[in-house]
Amino acid sequence: MSNSDLRDLYQEVIMDHNKKPRNFRDMTDANHLAHGNNPLCGDTLVVFLKLNGDVIEDVSFQGSGCAISVASASLMTEALKGKTLAEAETLYELVHKQMTGEKIDSSSLGKLAVLSGVKEFPARVKCATLSWHTLHAAMDSDHDISVSTE
Amino acid sequence: MSVLDLAAIRQDFPILHQQINGHPLVYLDNAATSQKPNQVIDAVANYYRQDNANVHRGVHRLSQRATDAYEGARDKIRDFVNAQSDKEIIFVRGATEAVNLVAQSFVRPQLQAGDEILISHMEHHANIVPWQMLCEQTGAKLNVIPMTKVGELDLSTLDELLTSKTKIMAIGHVSNALGTINPIKDMIARAHAKNIPVLVDGAQAVPHMIVDVQDLDCDFYVFSGHKMFAPTGIGALYGKQTLLEAMSPWQGGGDMILSVSFAHTEYNELPYKFEAGTPNISGAIGLGAAIDYMNNLGIANLAAHEHALLIAATEKVTALPGVRIIGTAAQKASVLSFMIEGVHPHDVGTIFDQQGLAIRTGHHCAQPVMQFFGIPATARASFAFYNTFDEIDALVGGIKKVQELFA
Repeated sequence: MSNSDLRDLYQEVIMDHNKKPRNFRDMTDANHLAHGNNPLCGDTLVVFLKLNGDVIEDVSFQGSGCAISVASASLMTEALKGKTLAEAETLYELVHKQMTGEKIDSSSLGKLAVLSGVKEFPARVKCATLSWHTLHAAMDSDHDISVSTE
Repeated sequence: MSVLDLAAIRQDFPILHQQINGHPLVYLDNAATSQKPNQVIDAVANYYRQDNANVHRGVHRLSQRATDAYEGARDKIRDFVNAQSDKEIIFVRGATEAVNLVAQSFVRPQLQAGDEILISHMEHHANIVPWQMLCEQTGAKLNVIPMTKVGELDLSTLDELLTSKTKIMAIGHVSNALGTINPIKDMIARAHAKNIPVLVDGAQAVPHMIVDVQDLDCDFYVFSGHKMFAPTGIGALYGKQTLLEAMSPWQGGGDMILSVSFAHTEYNELPYKFEAGTPNISGAIGLGAAIDYMNNLGIANLAAHEHALLIAATEKVTALPGVRIIGTAAQKASVLSFMIEGVHPHDVGTIFDQQGLAIRTGHHCAQPVMQFFGIPATARASFAFYNTFDEIDALVGGIKKVQELFA
């Protein structure tokens, strides 16, 4: 049981995004950004957003963390590009439900469904949700703000 | 290899005999907290079953028994650290509370803006934050003894850091994040040469070595019970009697008074002056039982076995490619902090847990140490005398498993 749970957590897609995080860069023309940190493990990241009206024209992140938090942030940026704020909000809620074990239609999550293994590891849920909380803070604010998952 | 009968010792620790995720528990998180032998668990349970009453109060039989057991534990601690008198042993919640007590009752009244407090770069947050708070309250300045790349204190500038304005030096005996044993006897002598008092944070030392406060000549020595096989919520402050007598009480309440009127309160004598309110009686009794347990096995024997474990673990982990040990001081106790290349310590912790391996991952409440090495966290294995050489092999197997998964 334990090995298959581990494989569910550390799926190939997650390992790939950890090694080669997508949209892992500074964004000088971002019009929204937020800092996230998890003081318990020392994970820190910045999420940059460039909104055009209510459409996410560009999204990127920087920071350091465990495989789960880096992969989650990377997958998030891939999923969000071109989405409206309302669509991003819906995804945020779906991801949250997935991590906390609520029943959801996983087909609506697309690639983000690879993070479903996290729910078997309650101590790691915060690692996976840090980027999403930070995104949420960035969406809600037009100035630099900080969030913490503690 | 060891004079200890490990199989018999492990039988004393019921928690060790369980499966975690289908594997036998390998408990290597002793620097966070240690496990408790039946002798300690029974001492606490028997106190509640047979002797429970408040101490220093009643004339009834139970109260006398509770008082005898509580004060008996104080005597054991006095002998354990070789203090001169049981007046020098104050029961506290743990090392953290003891540091705060000394900061507020001993240092604060003599501190003026511009005065200095000296700590080191490798302190646990418990021996940083109380001093920082004191500096904020008084305008004093916090100075820090630097550290070298191997994780030893750089004492080349110690004499310059000990100035005429230094009101206390507060130093860890053993680093919880790195395992470094600091040369505190020499450091104390250098501080005393300038009449600067010294507090030693011994939380990571007392489980692993014989401590003699008279030989060290430290002014204060603090430690927690739970890291030395006793319950949580109990610890001790040793202080030289002359210093403790001159200090004001830390908290007010019952038991710390001789007489109370609305006009005036007369404080109790040592050590009760610093023990306001009903104390952690069962915890103290448990701590006394833990000291008996360690003494029966022989602290020198325990230290020798742990040292052999640390040497074996260090050799085997060093031999693994892609693993870096953080903290390679010449003198170390019990702690092996490491990084696996390309893998965050939190991922290491999760994969280890799936194999029944309990280690600590994170900053170990020593963020300045992490900042020094430029890392967010480490994985830390820490040993106790009940650990075995097979468990070192399990640790090595765990690291290999992580590397396989992240290959």
